[in-house]
Amino acid sequence: MTATIRIQAEDFDVAAEIAALSEGRADIGAVVTFTGLCRNEGGRLAALEIEHYPGMAQAEVARVVEEARGRWPLSGVTVVHRFGKILPGQSIVLVVTASTHRRAAFEAAEFLMDYLKTRAPFWKREHVADGSTGTWVEATEADDEATERWR
Amino acid sequence: MKLVYFAWVRERVGKTEEEVDVPASVATVADLVRWLTERGEEYAYAFENETVVRAAIDRRHVKPETAIRGAREIAFFPPMTGG
Repeated sequence: MTATIRIQAEDFDVAAEIAALSEGRADIGAVVTFTGLCRNEGGRLAALEIEHYPGMAQAEVARVVEEARGRWPLSGVTVVHRFGKILPGQSIVLVVTASTHRRAAFEAAEFLMDYLKTRAPFWKREHVADGSTGTWVEATEADDEATERWR
Repeated sequence: MKLVYFAWVRERVGKTEEEVDVPASVATVADLVRWLTERGEEYAYAFENETVVRAAIDRRHVKPETAIRGAREIAFFPPMTGG
């Protein structure tokens, strides 16, 4: 199974990533894509700043992908997570899963997102439109609870 | 042993990273946190809520009771908000 994991500042091209994953693979019957975007928060947000732990981010995402591989029959997985300054409307994270049939692709994509939310070493900070000091976004119980259902 | 800090833990401690010499009596991550809080106000502030700050040893998530012996790099950070 091909796994592509990139931690980068630059934006990504969803169509290109899907094509790269499924190109020349006659066995793939299903490709599921999730894109996480920076919300506008009603005009309050000027930008999101994402800090990350460079040495660990790649390794931890790889571990989560490996776990997904163990649970579902996947033909390929791509995860791209950005860091740095993200403007409202821009993309933050991409998860693409490919499988022979759709169920594995759907479930694995959801699993990956639930685990990325709680285990990947990234921290978001809000920069507000009026220029005041950005506050750190807090982790939610809902995200922790989301991982419970995969146990 | 190298310690690295992220997000508001880094801001409270006032450093991104540092090298420390830890006594042998400091055996676990929890012991290390306690040892750090005694070093200064900034550490006490960073770790004031013991259950909130997370740790990683050599880039892997660990629990407070994990032994630190042999660790090359220990990171402290708030709950993650990626994805």
